[in-house]
Amino acid sequence: MALDLFSSKGTPVEQQRFTWRDMVGKPISKLDDDAFTRVRVILMNGIEIEALRFQHMAARLSRELRLPLAQIRRTEQHQATMVNWLLGPDHSPLETTIAYEQVAIEVTAAVAQREPDAYFAQAYRFGMLEDFDHLYRYSALLDRLEGKDANNILQSYTDILPGRPTVIEHRSPVDDVRDPYDRASAAPLTKLHALTITAAEFQTHDYYMNIGPLFADPIARQLYAEIASIEEQHVTQYGSMINPEESVLEQWLLHEATEVYNYYSCVQQETNPRVKAIWERFLDYELGHFHRVSELFKQHEKRDPAELFPDKLPEPITFASQRDFVRQVLKQEVDLRAKGTQFVDKGQDSQASIDYRTHINSDGSPSETVAAGYIWSPGTELNRKVAVAV
Amino acid sequence: MKEQTHMGMNRTGVQMSPLDSSDMQSGMPASMTPATPGDDSALAQVRSSYITQADPVGSVPLPGTVKGAISTGASMLTGAEPQLLLDKLGERLAFERTGTRLYDALITKFEALQDNSTSMTLADLQQIRQDEVRHFAVIAEAIQTLGGDPTSQTPCADLVGVESIGLMQAVTDPRTTIAQSLHAMLVAEMTDNAGWEMLIALAEDQGQNALISDFTVALNEERAHLQQVQRWFEEATLGAPISSGAIIDDVGDANPSQLH
Repeated sequence: MALDLFSSKGTPVEQQRFTWRDMVGKPISKLDDDAFTRVRVILMNGIEIEALRFQHMAARLSRELRLPLAQIRRTEQHQATMVNWLLGPDHSPLETTIAYEQVAIEVTAAVAQREPDAYFAQAYRFGMLEDFDHLYRYSALLDRLEGKDANNILQSYTDILPGRPTVIEHRSPVDDVRDPYDRASAAPLTKLHALTITAAEFQTHDYYMNIGPLFADPIARQLYAEIASIEEQHVTQYGSMINPEESVLEQWLLHEATEVYNYYSCVQQETNPRVKAIWERFLDYELGHFHRVSELFKQHEKRDPAELFPDKLPEPITFASQRDFVRQVLKQEVDLRAKGTQFVDKGQDSQASIDYRTHINSDGSPSETVAAGYIWSPGTELNRKVAVAV
Repeated sequence: MKEQTHMGMNRTGVQMSPLDSSDMQSGMPASMTPATPGDDSALAQVRSSYITQADPVGSVPLPGTVKGAISTGASMLTGAEPQLLLDKLGERLAFERTGTRLYDALITKFEALQDNSTSMTLADLQQIRQDEVRHFAVIAEAIQTLGGDPTSQTPCADLVGVESIGLMQAVTDPRTTIAQSLHAMLVAEMTDNAGWEMLIALAEDQGQNALISDFTVALNEERAHLQQVQRWFEEATLGAPISSGAIIDDVGDANPSQLH
C-alpha cells in the first residue's frame, strides 16, 4: 500500500517533543532481533544525519529559512539520537561495521532493482559490488583480529565473498562524478533513491572516519583508512546524482519526503513492536516536517509541492535478502570500471584511475593483506582449519 | 632484561603544570563550589532505573536440529538447565577462539621484536596457541553433542567478546612492549582458568560426565599456560634492576620553560 504525502498531516512540529529518557531507551538485542531491524536502525540514522547535514548547509545559503531550518533540525537531532541509541553496546565497532556493510549491500541492491532509470540503476549496482567486497574484507578482519564470525551479525542473509576487489576500487575523482538526474523529468522515486543511498553512504564514511583511529591494530587502522576513502568516492558518486539546479527549498522538500518514505518503509516491515512504534511516531513527525516545508515552498517559491509528487509515494523499500540479485550482478558486472561519468569494461579502464590507484597502493594494500587466503566458514576460519586438520 | 619503559616528558598530572594547576584551584567564587548540587549517588539512581527495566542481552538459541530438540527436551524433563550449560559452553568457545587470535598477535610481536627479555620461546607460544585452537574444537564438539549450534553466539559468548576487546587492543598495539602485552595475556589466562573450572562444575552438576575428562585435560593445560605467562610477565617486568643513572638523565630532559 502506497502512502499519500498530502492526505496525512502528521504531528505538528510544535508537538514533537522529547526527554533524555525518551531518547535513550532500551537498545535492540544483537543476538535476538532480526538483522533487518538493525539494518533499518542504521539506515534511519543515516537518513536523519543527512537531514541534519543538509539543513545546516541550507541555513548557510538562505537567510529567510534559517529559523524554520533550526526548528525542524532540532527534532531531527533528537530523532537521530533516539534511532542511533537503539544499537546495543555489545556491538564492537567492527561488528557494527559488518552491519553497516550489510545495509549498504541489501538496501542498495533493493534500490537498484526498483530504480526506473537505467543509468542510475547501473550506478547502484556498481557501488553495491564494492560494498560487497568491503564486507568480505571486514569479515576477515573480524575473524582474524577478534576471533568472531561476521555471520552472527549477518544472520545468513548476506554472502561473505569477494566482490570487485577493494584494491582496484580506488579511482581518480574524474571517474567518480556521475551525471545528475533531470529535475523536471526524473521520477520521484529516482530522487528518493538518490537521497537515500547518499545518506547511507555518507554516514558509513563518517562512521569509519570516527572509529578507524580507535583500533590499536595497524592492519585495522589501515583497512579503515582505505575503505573510508572508497566511501568518500561513493558519496561523490551518489551525491552527484542529485540535481544541482534544484533550489534549496526544493531539495529540502525532497529530503523531508525521503525521510517520510524511509520511515514508511520501516513501519511496513518492522518485526520488533517496540521499534515499530518508534518508526510510526517518526513517520508522523516527518509528515509534520513535510507539511511545514510544503508551506514554505508555496510561500517562497510560489510553487505547488504536488508538482514534485504528483502521485502517491512509491512502494516501500524492500528490506530482505537480495542474495540472488547480488550473485547475478557479481557474475555479470564485477569487471566493470568507471570512466568519466560512464561504466566500461575493465579493458577500457581510465588511465587517470590506473595512475591514481598504482600510486596509492604502492606501499601495500590493506584490503589485500587482511583477506589473504580468506575463505569464510561458519564459526570462523579456525573452525574450518580445525575440521580440515581432523 | 627489564621492561623498556623510560622516563620522559609525560605531561599528565598537576605537577607538570604547576602554574595552571594552581590557577585552576584558586580564585573561584564560593558559589561555584560545588558547581552542581548533590553527589555521585545521582548516577546510581539513574543507572538503577535502567537496570531494573532492562531486557536481557539475548537468549540461548533453540536447537536447530531434531537431535538437538530431543536432547534439550530430555534435559528439561529431568529438571536440568541445558540453556545454562550451552551458554557457558558458548562463552568458553568464544574465549578460546579470541584467545587464539590474541596469541597470534603476541607471536607476531615476539618475532618482530626478537625479544629475549624472558625465557619465553616461539615454540612455547605456538604450543599454547595450538592448545587454544584445540580447546575451541573440544568445546564445539561438546556443544554439538548436546544438540546445540557451535556457530551461534550465546549471551555469555557475546559478553566475553565485550570483555576481551581491551585485551585485544593492548596486545595488538604496536607500541606496547612484551611485558605490557603479557600483562593482558595474564588477565586472559586467569579468566580462562576460572572459566574452565566453572564449566567443569556445571557439567558435573548437570550430569554431563562424558564431557568432564576432556574438559579436565583442557583445564590442566590452561593452568600450565597461566603459570608460564605469569613467569614470563615477571621476567619481563622485574628481570633486571632499574638503572639509576638513566633515570636521572631522562628527568634532566624536562625543559622547565615548558612548564605552565
